[in-house]
Amino acid sequence: MTTKLVVGLDGHESGKRAMAHAVKLAKLIGECEVLAVYVIEWSPYSFQTAEENAQRHKRREEETGLAKSRIIEPALAELKQAGLSARGIVKHGDVADTINRIAKEEGAEQIVVCRSSEGGIASRIFGSSTSNLVMGASVPVTVVS
Amino acid sequence: MRAFHTFLLGLMAVLGTVTTAIAQEAQTLDQMVNEKFAEFTGPFVSLIFSPLPYSKALLGYDFPWIVLWLVVAATIFTVYFALVQVRFFGHSIALVSGKYSDPNDAGEVSHFQALTTALSGTVGLGNIAGVAVAIGIGGPGATFWMILAGLLGMASKFTECTLGVKYRNEYPDGTVSGGPMYYMSKGFKEKGLPGGGILAVLFSIFCILGALGGGNMFQANQAHAQIAGITGDYPGWITGIVFAAVVFAVIVGGIKSIANVTEKVVPFMGVLYVGAAVVILILNADKIGWAFGQIFEGAFTGLGVAGGFVGALIQGFKRAAFSNEAGVGSAAIAHSAVRTKEPITEGFVSLLEPLIDTVIICTMTALVIIITGQLISDPETGLYIVGESGSINTVGDVSGVALTSAAFGASISWFPYVLAIAVILFAFSTMISWSYYGLKAWTYLFGEGKTKELIFKLIFCVFIVIGAAANLGPVIDFSDAAIFAMAVVNIFALYFLMGIVKDELASYSARLKSGEIKRYEH
Repeated sequence: MTTKLVVGLDGHESGKRAMAHAVKLAKLIGECEVLAVYVIEWSPYSFQTAEENAQRHKRREEETGLAKSRIIEPALAELKQAGLSARGIVKHGDVADTINRIAKEEGAEQIVVCRSSEGGIASRIFGSSTSNLVMGASVPVTVVS
Repeated sequence: MRAFHTFLLGLMAVLGTVTTAIAQEAQTLDQMVNEKFAEFTGPFVSLIFSPLPYSKALLGYDFPWIVLWLVVAATIFTVYFALVQVRFFGHSIALVSGKYSDPNDAGEVSHFQALTTALSGTVGLGNIAGVAVAIGIGGPGATFWMILAGLLGMASKFTECTLGVKYRNEYPDGTVSGGPMYYMSKGFKEKGLPGGGILAVLFSIFCILGALGGGNMFQANQAHAQIAGITGDYPGWITGIVFAAVVFAVIVGGIKSIANVTEKVVPFMGVLYVGAAVVILILNADKIGWAFGQIFEGAFTGLGVAGGFVGALIQGFKRAAFSNEAGVGSAAIAHSAVRTKEPITEGFVSLLEPLIDTVIICTMTALVIIITGQLISDPETGLYIVGESGSINTVGDVSGVALTSAAFGASISWFPYVLAIAVILFAFSTMISWSYYGLKAWTYLFGEGKTKELIFKLIFCVFIVIGAAANLGPVIDFSDAAIFAMAVVNIFALYFLMGIVKDELASYSARLKSGEIKRYEH
């Protein structure tokens, strides 16, 4: 049976480190599929103007398209080059919840993420996406520094 | 040195004369705008508010036909959909909280966002100034009729917003345009009925007028009154120009940051407003029973107000409709942006608007005005004392937003300052919302296109200046008339299309019962 690994990307250097670790793990496992996931942070409880609402679908498509071309495709190319089977997933939502949901839906064995690139007061109060994921994940999480 | 002093004094004298001349000129400009405006809009206002034939002979008072039109419609929808606002209330809350939202649709407009966007267009001066006007003329009894109209209006909102989503236009680039003009033209065609196109054009014309009236001039006018109340009187066009410049920056300049800040601060202000009202009610807890007594007694006797109980009823119904816009059709424009597979879910969500806007927020304003004893009554008879203008005499001899301000100020001395900021922000966010509604009607009539859109946006900004400069009387009359004119056309169309909503409701309820429509675990 193929083992699935979910790797969370953030579009930064730290995400690349997480991916490098996932590649290493995948090679050790052998028959393994890597799911490269990028989540666009989005809350259904934000406030928007009527015009923004009317444009929302268009923007969502644009955001997904950009994430695919700038983050997911280069990552997939890298994974394929390493001789691994790989898929890319782009979703909107809360980063921690969405990565966990994908891992559950896909039956992944493990999630690999980097230490959060966020900082500041918000993450001190509410916790970063990574710490939220570690607290709430339903499969083991590896955090790469 | 002396020469210099003489020069300085002379300069000051000249400056003084010039300033006075400018001020006088400005006052005359205000007066001119006001006179021309009243003259121009008079016939339209008279037509919308003309009394029902024989109402004076039968009831003893003039009863505007438009008020009956709105209430009858809301009652018919309530009966036709068998109290949808009660039966699906819990489901509406579940929808807004995202319990039925597919996580894979994340990133699209959520039910919560559609609701708050539509609310930011309705929660505003209607809730603060409008209620004060209603209570000032109709007495506490107006509150009862206002609440009743709010509860019934939930069914009107449900009907129009379901249709708004069902018949919206989706363009290849992913943007959407919806609203009554679309369900009028497409819905009538689908049913093989003639005249949908004409109704849509009529609605669009009235929607543009409504956007310029209630959605713009009334807001600018009351925002100016609020600022002038704090800083002292000065010409209204100055406020108008400042407001116009900011609105211009947002809707023409595309400076989203201003709109974003407002959209985030306005809900906070709404909560703060209701919170302050609750605090005042707690402080005066012993009088709450008495206040409700006044509301019920006034609703059926009038307690001495002009027009008796009919006067209270008319004021209550009028203000409720102006505040929550149920049956007007504006919310159908705001809600049509949601990409849902089930148009009726947007109807369920929208029925919460009149509840939040009228039944909760407006009632809070009314209770605070009544409880803090702003309205003067005769201690012997218990009846309210009505002045020459037809309004009840108030402690500070004020009306509109100033009355609400005085009522809150009576318990929380610094609150009028918070209220002033709230009024300005509410006015601003309502203007932004209505500029969009007006624009959608405009593009329906003239087609989409950058230049065409720019023309409307410029007209919108000019009306802000006119609204701020004109007197409250003509502005409030025109604003009401334009918004109610939208309701005339919209409700007429809803009667023909409500069968479609009933089919949707039957299909949805059956699937909800069978478990086909399911909750998602989050």
